[in-house]
Amino acid sequence: MTGKDEAELSGLLRAAIAGDERAYADFLHRVAALVRGYARRKIVQGGVDPEDVVQETLLAIHVKRHTWRPDAPVLPWVYAIARFKLIDAFRRRGRRIEVEIDEIAETFAEPETETVSERDINRALEGLPPTQRSVVSSISVDGHSIGETATKLGVSETAVRVSLHRGLAAIAKRFGRQ
Amino acid sequence: MRTEDLIKALDADARDKAMPLGKAWWLAVGVAVAIAAAVFCTTIGPRPDIMPAMHTMRFMSKFVFTLALAASAFALIRALSMPGASTRRAMAWMIAAPALVVLAVVLELLVVPQADWGKRLVGSNMMICMSFIPLIGIGPLAIFLGMLRYGAPTRPVLAGAVAGLLAGGLAATFYAAHCFDDSPLFVATWYTIAIAFLTLLGAIGGRLFVRW
Repeated sequence: MTGKDEAELSGLLRAAIAGDERAYADFLHRVAALVRGYARRKIVQGGVDPEDVVQETLLAIHVKRHTWRPDAPVLPWVYAIARFKLIDAFRRRGRRIEVEIDEIAETFAEPETETVSERDINRALEGLPPTQRSVVSSISVDGHSIGETATKLGVSETAVRVSLHRGLAAIAKRFGRQ
Repeated sequence: MRTEDLIKALDADARDKAMPLGKAWWLAVGVAVAIAAAVFCTTIGPRPDIMPAMHTMRFMSKFVFTLALAASAFALIRALSMPGASTRRAMAWMIAAPALVVLAVVLELLVVPQADWGKRLVGSNMMICMSFIPLIGIGPLAIFLGMLRYGAPTRPVLAGAVAGLLAGGLAATFYAAHCFDDSPLFVATWYTIAIAFLTLLGAIGGRLFVRW
């Protein structure tokens, strides 16, 4: 099972690096499933949402994919990143508990904040400059293509690509800094 | 945002390519050597009798130590900056430089009469040594910490310390061409202190700046 995963995943990532976008989407879906299983096994008591770890790991894999050597096995690389992000999530939670007492007061004052989804990535998305935020959410949440997003926002495709790239990098960086 | 949606965004960004990390490390070392050489040549420079000195064992042995340190630290830091890469072999090679220094110290103690040990250890350049190795190494250290940010070290503090060792090995190689104190007793003491300072600085830098 693992041997098959390894061969297929490294094949997909190699194809993706060579420019095959379909292979890249396949690769990310397969990795998401693997990391989801890993995170659920490791998070025995609540507090950290496994799906947050999955999303942070996917982002880290994306922005750090140049750290994979195409002749090296891909699974140890994926799991090393997942483990790093999992530890990060635990560490961050440890810190957040101390902050939460202050936040309760604000929550009472502003009931709307409770309706905001709890996903960590949404918080990071909200912290982006407006252009990057609208590009990232147009392509992800709304499911538009680069071209459609360019038309909708009235900018060039290159500008959309740049905003998308910078936006994703900024979200990944935000996770690292917290 | 659902994971499904995130994958759409990542996939749309697939076209953007960054330089492979292995290649980037070689480039970084090239730049670091150029910076160290520039600082070295515009400040202390090589000693005037470097040509005859090159025929002596003690003078040449200094480069064996410093280059062994730089080479082993380079192999280790490359592995440390790639998630999942095995570091065992590279870690074992880190013993090479200290082992060579210890061997040379033992030989020196056997060859040199006991009365001269103190003189050789203290030498005449220890302050210059302890200030110029860090001074030559600080630029390369900054480059290597930047490279760690570009990479993905899962042990940032350790990786930062190794960045300090690499910068130290590089700086000490240049400094060795300036220094008249060629005794392994001097090298084992003052070079070690100077390189340890860069290592500590690197570990702190790894802790503070290398987040991803």
